[in-house]
Order: sequence, then structure tokens, then C-alpha cells
Amino acid sequence: MKITFPYMGTYHIAFKMLIEGLGHEAIVPPKPSKKTLTYGTQNSPEFACLPFKILLGSYLEAIELGAEMVITSGGAGPCRAGYYGVLHQKILQDLGYDTKIVVMESPFRNIFDFLGKIRSVIGPSGVSWWTFGKVFRKAWEKLKVLDDIEFLSHQIRPFELKRGDTTNVFSKCLEIIDQAGTIPEINEVRVIAKKMLNDIPVDRSRQVLKVGIVGEIYVVLEPFANHDIEITLGEMGVLTHRSIYLSDWTRESTGYESTQKVIEVASPYIDELFGGHGIYSVGHSILYSKKGFDGVVQLAPFTCIPEIVAKPILNKVTQDYNIPVLTVFLDEQTGKAGLQTRLEAFVDLLAQKRDKLEGIAI
Amino acid sequence: MKGFLGVDVGSVSTNLVVIAENNEVLVNFYIRTRGQPIKAVQDGLKQVAAEVGNSIAIQGVGTTGSARHLTNILVGADTVKNEITAHAVAASAMVPGVQTVLEIGGQDSKIILLRQGVVTDFAMNTVCAAGTGSFLDQQASRLSIPIEDFGGLALRAKSPVRIAGRCSVFAESDMIHKQQLGHNLEDIVAGLCEALVRNYLNNVGKGKEILAPVTFQGGVAANVGIKAAFEKALGIEVIIPKYYNVMGAIGVAMLAKEAVKKKKKTNFKGFDASKFKYKAGSFECKGCSNLCEVIEIFHDQQVIARWGDRCGKWENIS
Repeated sequence: MKITFPYMGTYHIAFKMLIEGLGHEAIVPPKPSKKTLTYGTQNSPEFACLPFKILLGSYLEAIELGAEMVITSGGAGPCRAGYYGVLHQKILQDLGYDTKIVVMESPFRNIFDFLGKIRSVIGPSGVSWWTFGKVFRKAWEKLKVLDDIEFLSHQIRPFELKRGDTTNVFSKCLEIIDQAGTIPEINEVRVIAKKMLNDIPVDRSRQVLKVGIVGEIYVVLEPFANHDIEITLGEMGVLTHRSIYLSDWTRESTGYESTQKVIEVASPYIDELFGGHGIYSVGHSILYSKKGFDGVVQLAPFTCIPEIVAKPILNKVTQDYNIPVLTVFLDEQTGKAGLQTRLEAFVDLLAQKRDKLEGIAI
Repeated sequence: MKGFLGVDVGSVSTNLVVIAENNEVLVNFYIRTRGQPIKAVQDGLKQVAAEVGNSIAIQGVGTTGSARHLTNILVGADTVKNEITAHAVAASAMVPGVQTVLEIGGQDSKIILLRQGVVTDFAMNTVCAAGTGSFLDQQASRLSIPIEDFGGLALRAKSPVRIAGRCSVFAESDMIHKQQLGHNLEDIVAGLCEALVRNYLNNVGKGKEILAPVTFQGGVAANVGIKAAFEKALGIEVIIPKYYNVMGAIGVAMLAKEAVKKKKKTNFKGFDASKFKYKAGSFECKGCSNLCEVIEIFHDQQVIARWGDRCGKWENIS
């Protein structure tokens, strides 16, 4: 079967490996572009959010390339995203495609549903549960390498001597990660890629600002949706740290890591899950402040209720923890000038604040 | 005499100022951009040159506004700054102790909070331009009132009507409905001023602590109706600085002065830059799926700058 999946950041590299390992043909959707956006907006309800539109556009592009099945993730709680898989399916049907959308929900909500869906993928190609486990572990290792390397790139970029070096080396790293086929190879490319990034000429004497990125998962993870915000900030000399990495998220949602702490610090402000990543935006902002970050950028799709709920709470967090927060609402505009202006002003604000704290007069 | 040039190229107006070393404004020009920033900047330079001639030696140049990068290429700037910082710098110099800056321009509106002379918070209108200068312009011309008289008319209103201010499209249909019901023009115009201020405070000012002294700057500050509506809504006096419509340019001229102090020379291309033949072009790069729109600026036939590409492949070739 020809199977596709959402395009998010660098993760298609790991998803591709998983699908191929299960004996299917992986259709990697093209990196989201203006064409994706056009496909998506043409066929979506006007009021749907940006992630919905980009995902639909991606599915349509993958269908043009022959995709017969889409595997995507669901969502819990009062966020429309939980219903998006269903709506995407109906739209594809209306357009005359019989491509099936398989929505993976958290195994904790319904383990039988979860296992049944996996069986529907591995059954037709005759893959045993044993093989599935092996392939999954390998793809999981790859996902972790992708996260490690991207994380490192954001640590190095603000120090690079020549603007653009890190981004260029990072895309070379992705190519070699893509080539790695076995677990020993994956471990090997982890070391090589780290070395490649660490070899970039840098100026460590720079006083860089540290900014945490919080918000809705898709716009945080996909650079096309957030106008390459981490690269833009990095090249302005800002070290960014993203609150969401997929290897974290899956570890959390399968019960390994503590969303508990994030929710706990947010609980004085709001003690209720209100869908999407809203409460995490609040909790992570507080944690960033405690870790000495200079500021936080909240990324939200236009009309995203969980992030809209989080925004006024973040005003209060700013007052209580003395950490400036810039909220950026993202929609289908492709012009970047407005965002650039706001980021520059935000960075000026953070720099002035720091200089004042350190007693350097302006 | 030494002078520092500040150029602020926005969506509606292009402003040029020359300040002296003590920040005194020597010359100021407010020109309509009319969608042609290159021409506006060159016209502005000509006017400045005609006014100051050889009497002032330009020691530093700063650019700001949405066309700040383009303008930098045209004139050779020592500092290129976003308009939020530029406005804040000018406001603190012109109105010592200012704590809140309200700024409404052609397409943008912003609020800037300062405490002890440092910017602590700011916001800009997000996806909506309701309540900015362009909308007022459009309504004034629909009602055939010169924009200069718009504010004065509002002050003569006896009972302003309520206009929906959330969205300029809703506001316009609401105005038309009220006008067809027979409300007089003064009351409608005053109602519009109040609606815009309400929208600004809810949308841009959203929950921010507005403390006096408050300045109101940007082109829309010329509108006495809006000023009155702000004072009514906030219950605080709103100060309109003398050079309210060129504050961004003043701020960036001051920043240029600081920048030149450090590096001891200026990149200014001279007033002759107003005579250069600049041309802008663009193309879509087909190198990858990003399909970036790359902008090229030509001086005579030669490419002097390119930008717009995400990967830097075009930017670095000159």
C-alpha cells in the first residue's frame, strides 16, 4: 500500500523509515509550500485553523503522488483538532478520493482501537507484531536523533560567525540521517552529525538572549507554518528552546515523561485542561522563567481556542514572573515583514531589559 | 553644522527629518508614499537637499518603517531599526518620563509601554487593520470630507451614534445604516472616532496598564476627534508631541547618531542618491519547494541587493 502522513518539521524522515519497514511504500508529502496552502484553503472551511489547511493541502499533494492511506494523529480534549481527521476524511470523499485516513489516538483512551488500527496497517503486508516492534524501535531511535540534532542546531546558530552556516550544515545532517538504515548506523550518524554542527566556526563570546517557544504543536514544529521563526531568531543572535519535540511528546503521551510538572506549575493559574497545548503554553512559560530565559514567544494558529485561552493567562505570568511574552497569531499570510518587525522589537525589549538588570546604561 | 537624517518609510507616508546634535528638529518632511517607496525616498531626499543645501553636513543616517531595508540600500544607512523601537526612543526624548505611547499609522497601530525609560511591553495590531489611518482616509473620501476636517467635525457632535468598530467592513456597513436612518454627519463621524478608539483599546491595548504621561503619535494623531475619544475612554490627558507625525524618523535619526558615535563614520551615499536610477524587480526562485519571492534592487543595470530568499543563496551573490 502507498501510505502518507503529515509533514511536520524533520519527522518525515523517521515516518518514512517506519512505513517502509512495515512493507509499504511511503509517500513523503512535499514540504509545505504556497501550493499546499492553496490546495488546503480552497478545500477547507474558511474558519478552520492553519494546521487543518496545511494538513489537508499536504494530503492532497500526497494523493497526487499516489497515496492510498493517510496515517495521522488525533487529539483529546476540547480542541477542534480531535475532530479534524474525520472532517479531512469527509472532504476527501467529497472530492472523490477513496483514500482512507487512519487517526491514531492515545493508546490510553482505547487500547483496542489503537491495536486494531496498527493491525489494519501491518496485516495486509503480512508483518508480525514482533517485526513491528523492531521496526518501531528503529524509527523511534531515528526520531530521537532528529530531535537531538535539531535541538543542537538551535544552540549553535546564534553563535555562528557566518550567517546561514548552521542552517546549511543542518540540512546536510538531515541527508545523512535519512541514509542510516540500522540501529548501529543511526547511532553512528548521531555522532557524525553532532560533530558537523560542533565544527561550525562560532564566536562564543557573544552575549546571546534566550527565548522559549511555546504554543500549538503543529505551528511550533513546522517551520513553514511559523515563518522559520527559530532560524530567524537564531540569526538575530537569539538562542531558542522549543517546548515541544515529538520524541518528548510521544514519550509523554505514552506515559514516560512528566507532563505532570508542567501542569503542576500552571495549576495556580488554571487547573483544568482546556484542549490542545494551552495549559502547556502556560506551564512551559513559567518553567522558562525559572530557568532564567529572557523571554517567551507563543505561537498560535489564528482562531485557536486553547491558545486564545492561554494568552491572557500569560499576561498574568508576565507580571508575576517578570518574563516578557510575545504572542504571534499565524494564518495564511506568506509575507514575513510584519513578523520580522515584531521579533526585532521584542529582541530590543529583551536586550534593554537585560542591560538594565546588569546595570549597563543605555 | 552637523545633522543626522532619519527616514521612516511606511505604507501611507514617507517621513524625513534632520536633527541636530542636541536632538533639535531642523527639517521635517511628510510625503505620501503612494505605493512607490523608491520614488518617495528619492523625492524626499531632493526636498531635504533643497532645504538644507550645504549648510548641514549629514553625519549619520537611520531608516525605519516597513520599507526600512529597501531604504537602507537606497540611502546607505548607519542603523536600520524597527518602528516600535524608533517610536519609543523619540517619545522618551520628546516627552520625558512618558509611560505609554499610542501610535496609529496608515496600516499599523501599536501601543508601547515604557517604565523608567525602558520599553517593557508592546503590541501591534495582528490580523486586522480596522481603526488605522487608511480606513479613516477611505471613510473621509466616501463622505467627501477632507481628512483634515474629519476630527473637527467629530468635536461638533452632540450625541455620537454607536458604530460597530470591531472590523472595518462591519463599521462601514453600520455607518451606512445609521446614515440612512437620518443621523447627522457630525454624530456619525464622532461615533466612528469612538468606535476606533474602542477597537484599539480592546484589540491592541488588550489589558495593558495605560499610565500617564500618554503620548499619541503617528499620522492619525492629527485627528482631534480621535484624541478626544481617547481622553474620554481613558480619563487621562493625551499629549500630542509637536512632531507627532514624524516621530519614527526622529527616533531612528537619534539611533543613527548613537551608531555613528561608535563607528566614527557614516555609510550615507549623499544627497546625490536622489538622482541615481534605482529599479526594483522580483522573481520566484525555483530552487526548492519554498518558491521564495526574491526581490532585486538595481542601480543602473547592476544588482546592488537581493533579499526574500530563505536559504541565503541569492542574498549572498551581489
